[in-house]
This record gives sequence, C-alpha cells and structure tokens, in this order.
Amino acid sequence: MWTWFHKLASPPYFYRIASALEPWLLWPAIICLLTAAYGGLVMAPPDYMQGEGFRIIYVHVPAAFLSMFSYALMAIASGIGLIWRIKLAYCVAAATAPIGAAFTFLALVTGAIWGQPMWGTYWEWDPRLTSELILLFLFLGYIFLRQALGEGSQADRASGILAIVGVVNLPIIHYSVEWWTSIHQGPSLIKLEAPSISGDMLWPLLMMIVAYQLLFFSILLSSVRVQVLRREQNARWISEQLEMHQG
Amino acid sequence: MSEFLAMGGYAKYVWSAWGISLVVLIIMVLLTKRTLTNTRNRVLRRQASLKEANS
Repeated sequence: MWTWFHKLASPPYFYRIASALEPWLLWPAIICLLTAAYGGLVMAPPDYMQGEGFRIIYVHVPAAFLSMFSYALMAIASGIGLIWRIKLAYCVAAATAPIGAAFTFLALVTGAIWGQPMWGTYWEWDPRLTSELILLFLFLGYIFLRQALGEGSQADRASGILAIVGVVNLPIIHYSVEWWTSIHQGPSLIKLEAPSISGDMLWPLLMMIVAYQLLFFSILLSSVRVQVLRREQNARWISEQLEMHQG
Repeated sequence: MSEFLAMGGYAKYVWSAWGISLVVLIIMVLLTKRTLTNTRNRVLRRQASLKEANS
C-alpha cells in the first residue's frame, strides 16, 4: 500500500493512471446526473411547504457539499505537500482551487435564487451565507496568492499555509445553522439521526451528490495533469509517454 | 408538459438555478479539457524544438 502511494506520487505514473481513469469517471458522472435530474424534477413529489420550488435542493446541496469537500481536499493536499514535500500534492491542491471556487459560486448563486421565493430575499448577512461567501474568498485568495508568487516553491508553501489556516471556516459553515440563529434551515443529511427527508426526494439528491463528486474527480484529474505538465515541462518522460499514447 | 415547465409558479427560480448549474458544470469540463490539450501541445512542441536544437 505504502509503496503504491509512493509510486502514485511520481508524476509520470500518476499521469498515466489519470489519463486511463478519466473516462471511467466522466461517463458515470453524466449518467448519474441525468438519472438524478429525472428523479429530482419528475419523480419526486412536490414539497408540502415549498411546493415545486424545493427542487432547487438538487443543485444547491451537491454544490455546497462539493464546495466544502474541495476545500478539505485542498487543505489536506497542501498539508501533505508541506510535511513530505511531495510535488504532486501541491499539484492536486493547486488544481482543486478553481474547481472548488466554481462549486462555491454555484452554491451561493443557487442559494440566492432559492432564497428569493422562500425567504423573500436573495441575500442576507446570515452566518451560513456569510461563511460560505468567506469560503469563496479563501479559494480566490489561494488562487491569487499563487499567481502573485509565480507558482514556484514559494507559492506552494505560502498558499499551502493559507489553505490550512482557512480550514477553521469549514466547521463554522457546517455548524453555523446550529450555533447562531440563522434563516438557513438545519442540516437534513449530515447528522446523527436519520435524514429528515422522504425516500422519493432523497435518492435523487444522493445520486446528484454522487454525480457531482464523480464530475469533480474527472475534472480534477485533468487539472492535475495540467499542473504536472507545467511543472515537468522539461522532463523527458513527457515526450516519451505522450507521443506513444496520444493521451 | 407546460404544467411541468411551470413548476407550480416557481419556474423562474427552479429553471434558472438548474440552468446556471448545468452551464457552469459544462464550462468547467470543456475549459479543463481545452487547457489540458493546449498545455500538452505546448510542452510537446517546446520539447521537440529543444531536441532539434541539441542534435
């Protein structure tokens, strides 16, 4: 296991695995997405309080989940990079940031669109909404810091520390609806009791989260390959491997 | 069908939220693919020209 991790951290090996794996993530992601869309838009019954308006949940919750998942992954990868000085870990962290920012943007925008009919406002300086907005700024700060420092090893270390410090925002986002009075509803999935949502409504949501997760990893693999290519642009394995496989 | 599209009066909210999500996801996938292709071609060209210069 350990030697496998060691091997995976070598750029040529990772590159080859990533190229081979990618279609196996993208196509299942599309299939899950279409199935979940059918389930969420057609099969699921209207909510007894929100009517058909609740169907925004199927694009809001997966985006919000992925926004936090991305940040956690970026911070863990940065930590691995800082401790063991593994270049590939920094590639993963750098590749995650823009994808995480996009999911955070989607969570905020779909939340705002949902807020208007249900709360009567697109935006409120509410703990949950504000902490999610801070998450977007953390992603953007990470990206700009890397660019400003020229994407070298100094950029790796500084942005890595920023990513790790920003982790304190994750529990704040998650528990914001419990710690403070919030207009945002409490968690319906990630809690100790059974999910407070009926089966017909639940399965499309879970499937949509799976679809987003698969899509995330498929995009991530391509983005990490871009990072690897940029860093290893003088390495001989690139010409040798890429001309043979066209991959 | 028109009842489905009307979303019980929430059409504007439901479809805009779903629409923007779909658009952002598609852009992300396509942009990443394009960046990968461009980066790969650039690095390969660079390596090929360096090889030529050395030989």
